[in-house]
Amino acid sequence: MVRHVIAAVDELPPGTRKFLTIGDRPIAVFNIKGEFFGLLNRCPHQGAALCEGPLIGLAQSSDPGQIDYTRLGEIIRCPWHGWEFDIRTGQSYCDPRRFRVRAYPVQVEPGASVVKGPYVAETLEVAVENDYVVIDL
Amino acid sequence: MNVQFRASPDRATATSVKTAIADCDIHPARATKDELYPYLAKRWHRHLEVYDKHPYQGMMEGPPYPKAQPNASRRDAYPPEGGPQGSSLSFMQQQHLDPNHVVLGVLNPLNTGQGLRNHDLSGAICSAINDWQIDKWTSRDRRLKGSIVVANEDGLAAAAEIRKRAGDANFVQVLLLSRNVEPLGQRRYWPIYAAAEEAGLPVGVHAFGFGGNPITASGWPSFYIEEMVGHSQCQQSALASIVLEGVFERHPKLKMIMIEAGFGWAPSLSWRLDKCWQRLKSEVPHLKRPPSEVIAEHIWWTTQPMEDPERRDHLFDVIDWVGWDKLLFATDYPHWDYDEPSRVLPAGVSDANREAFYLNNARKLYGLA
Repeated sequence: MVRHVIAAVDELPPGTRKFLTIGDRPIAVFNIKGEFFGLLNRCPHQGAALCEGPLIGLAQSSDPGQIDYTRLGEIIRCPWHGWEFDIRTGQSYCDPRRFRVRAYPVQVEPGASVVKGPYVAETLEVAVENDYVVIDL
Repeated sequence: MNVQFRASPDRATATSVKTAIADCDIHPARATKDELYPYLAKRWHRHLEVYDKHPYQGMMEGPPYPKAQPNASRRDAYPPEGGPQGSSLSFMQQQHLDPNHVVLGVLNPLNTGQGLRNHDLSGAICSAINDWQIDKWTSRDRRLKGSIVVANEDGLAAAAEIRKRAGDANFVQVLLLSRNVEPLGQRRYWPIYAAAEEAGLPVGVHAFGFGGNPITASGWPSFYIEEMVGHSQCQQSALASIVLEGVFERHPKLKMIMIEAGFGWAPSLSWRLDKCWQRLKSEVPHLKRPPSEVIAEHIWWTTQPMEDPERRDHLFDVIDWVGWDKLLFATDYPHWDYDEPSRVLPAGVSDANREAFYLNNARKLYGLA
């Protein structure tokens, strides 16, 4: 695994997402209420750019007539067919046996420990005082 | 490692099937509400502003939108210059026609004058839509072909519009919708079939439309998902009517296409029709052959939404019954239930069947070989 710098934390405030390509893999990184999540931007169903979809909640029913709408903003809904995935695990909530989107671990690290690749240097220069969002890939 | 950042998602570069395909169900949209005005007499501009359209449906604009996605369309299909999904030729080319190697795209405009209670207005809007298809789409991209939309509840006016367009290479079919005031085989629609046969054009029947009837035969359902499923049941009623009324006995050269209603039900409907026909054929003496034979000879089927059973041999069984030569590949672009060309057909299909499925059947049916 190689560690890549995605953005300075300040660049990616809560509620925002950033799209990027690492190698030939389209990735999106989300800041949800201060937590960072990375997803492969390709729906396992038919290949749509999954991460362009809206962030929604999870509608669940324990019994007919009982509906709970929870985890607001933690479920992503594909812009094509509306398949829903848990942004924390990549778990599909339509057909969990068949479809799971690849989730990448994302964490916040101090600027000094960042791996210095070609593009990383540029980012370091921009915000040397701040912490960076990095991704393992 | 090369890390590229981009300001907005690059939506146009997805790669798909490598070979040329036909897409037999593309939905073009208008960028603005008045985009049709240049093709409509002034009288109708004023009419629309004062009275608007009244479909055979309780609500002015029909069932409410959004349906699952905005405008029932892919969220990534908004053109960069603005307007709803499917309203920009250049973006359709960039996002769909070019990367998916579409060499023949059949336009099926849905939001037209069909299903309006004012039949003169219905005919005027349909005719305007036909001019608009040429001006905005087919004359600017030769891969695209139009569908003649007609005032479906006014058979004579519809036939006149078909005759007006007959021989125009911009059009490859007549377009009807599945939901009408009466089942589609009934005689008010016969002039449409006569004119289409005379013009040598197949008639496509696309799921959807306004007829004032619930989509189910047992009343108004609660959910959108019931409407989505109901399209195939509605289409079965329409097809049964067309066959049993003897439309193909009267018009033996007529070909019809069932668009966006599935095809998995074709065998069971045909079996049941045959069984009943054997016992009840004295009621419909004009029908001289088993309904299954009529369907096998006269009906083509678009693929989207592709049947998706867990076991692929079940899919192949159904296709063997329907006929590999009767399926027309379709994506439904830009609608949300779009089928991505590279993902619809499982492995295990011969090259000849694959080519027929994706392109050759459509070329042959539409006479564009």
